[in-house]
Amino acid sequence: MGNIIDRIIYVVTSLPNTLPGTVSQGLIWGVLAIGVYITYKILDFADLTVDGSIGTGGAVAIILIANGVPMWVALICAFAAGCLAGLITGLLNTLLGIPGILAGILTQIGLYSVNLVILDGANKSISVDKFSLLLSSRRVAVSGGFSVFGWEIGKAIIIVAVIIAALYWFFGTEYGFTIRSTGCNANMARAQGINTKKSTVIALVLSNGLVGLAGGLLAQYQGFADVNMGRGAIVIGLASVIIGDVLGTAIFRKRFNFVARLSFCACGAIIYYLVLSIVMLFGLPATFNKLFSAVIVAIFLAVPYLKKSSKNSYRRAARNSLKAKLLNMETEEKGAADNADAD
Amino acid sequence: MLTLTDVRKTFNAGTINERKALNGVSLSLEEGDFVTIIGGNGAGKSTTLNAVAGVWPIDSGSIEINGKNVVGLPEHKRAAFIGRVFQDPMTGTAATMEIQENLALAKRRGQMRGLGWGITKKEREEYHELLKTLDLGLEDRMTSKVGLLSGGQRQALTLLMATLKKPDILLLDEHTAALDPKTAAKVLELSDKIIEENHLTAMMVTHNMAAAIKHGNRLIMMSNGRIIYDVKGEEKKHLTVDMLLQKFEEASGSKLVNDRMLFSKDDTE
Repeated sequence: MGNIIDRIIYVVTSLPNTLPGTVSQGLIWGVLAIGVYITYKILDFADLTVDGSIGTGGAVAIILIANGVPMWVALICAFAAGCLAGLITGLLNTLLGIPGILAGILTQIGLYSVNLVILDGANKSISVDKFSLLLSSRRVAVSGGFSVFGWEIGKAIIIVAVIIAALYWFFGTEYGFTIRSTGCNANMARAQGINTKKSTVIALVLSNGLVGLAGGLLAQYQGFADVNMGRGAIVIGLASVIIGDVLGTAIFRKRFNFVARLSFCACGAIIYYLVLSIVMLFGLPATFNKLFSAVIVAIFLAVPYLKKSSKNSYRRAARNSLKAKLLNMETEEKGAADNADAD
Repeated sequence: MLTLTDVRKTFNAGTINERKALNGVSLSLEEGDFVTIIGGNGAGKSTTLNAVAGVWPIDSGSIEINGKNVVGLPEHKRAAFIGRVFQDPMTGTAATMEIQENLALAKRRGQMRGLGWGITKKEREEYHELLKTLDLGLEDRMTSKVGLLSGGQRQALTLLMATLKKPDILLLDEHTAALDPKTAAKVLELSDKIIEENHLTAMMVTHNMAAAIKHGNRLIMMSNGRIIYDVKGEEKKHLTVDMLLQKFEEASGSKLVNDRMLFSKDDTE
């Protein structure tokens, strides 16, 4: 018993120290989550390219920075590399008729080799002391003082905010409308003269561009790119989108608009990493990270379904029907008794 | 306006499920024609409309709209000339988008879509006025998601969308079949009004023979992927449902057995 209390005290006291790191990591993954939102929610396309394209973005950024390219240019290239990955998935799907999930898996697995080639090995690290990096985990230590880690988080927030603003603009344009209608009702979109294949490809390009950018940011933040850095990324992205969706719907209800939805993707990612860091402080070995994310996604996907089916189940129908019958019998008995009294 | 010449289409060719859906359909529509199409199940009514809309490529024949052969154009390119309303009210609109956004999508049918605003302030005012004419109160719900509307409201909106940018051809594919009789009558009335006011050329597939007689200036009966009866003008005005049933037996050599059509026989809508 005392052990558990000690553990809780340890978690509560350590949490503030890990918080800046958790938040900045969550914001970076928030960029990825916003990318996933575009395909998963707007386009209605389960895109598994993500696991590959985040690694490609990271690899491109790290290699360019290591070769003296300015960090901003490297990030733009990471974005472009992600776009290219999305383009391939889009063409596999629309031009060659390969089902969406499979097209994503094919690109993802192909990118593994591509990432190995870009990195010229399994991983590559760069030091924040030698290069100017936008974000670095080294600067988010609480001991460094608020002005340092605060600015680090501030930069991450600015990036997320700029992306949300840009997407708000884009999805309000004529072309943004075509992507939204393609995801909602492709038949209708075609009847309105929209080339749904093209809009599908554009959405995948944009989404994976953001994922590549997230990869570039993440690689800078952790100081290295690794060929395995993308493994399970889609699950973390989905977890963030779904957590944000459930939370945002609960808070905003009908007023849950587009900007709020995107913002809550980022919030979802922060919450995901917060919960993960708490669980790890409680002593969950890092080995279980992926299992943890799978369980989180399963729970959040299952909750809406279970909630709905608990209101609408056969068991409930049987129970209600039995209850009604018993009630009927009771009133009949009572009626009979009353009649007897009257007699 | 619209000319179909010997249009043929076979589905699942060379398999056990092979079905000759269109067996040489030829038809010529004048500008302002409003044709109703009737026939049994699998007669090729909706298939004819889908062939015109370009849902899939046809096997042979030609389809000309305004003198231009469109058989080589995919569905989204042909949409520049064609407005469509479908049987299922869910098909014609985007449920997760606002009423005004759906209208804005339709307004740009057949146009390049770029990075200008998807909907402008001026359009909003225009749509507000336009929705008023439907008399469904939708003008006060312009920012509501279309998914919240009833089937009848969605069909009325789809009709408005199909004609917002004047189409060369309006295709109505049993667009009242999924609605209750009262709503169906309203939507039909609205279709008539819109077609007349905009002098549209239209084709309407229906199972309701009374409606087929009442609406439009021309009536086509199909069977086995062919047009078996084509009547217009004065002659059409004097048609009765019984005459149509008799015509069907004469032309196809079989009885028109279709529950839906029999049930709608006495319907005077």
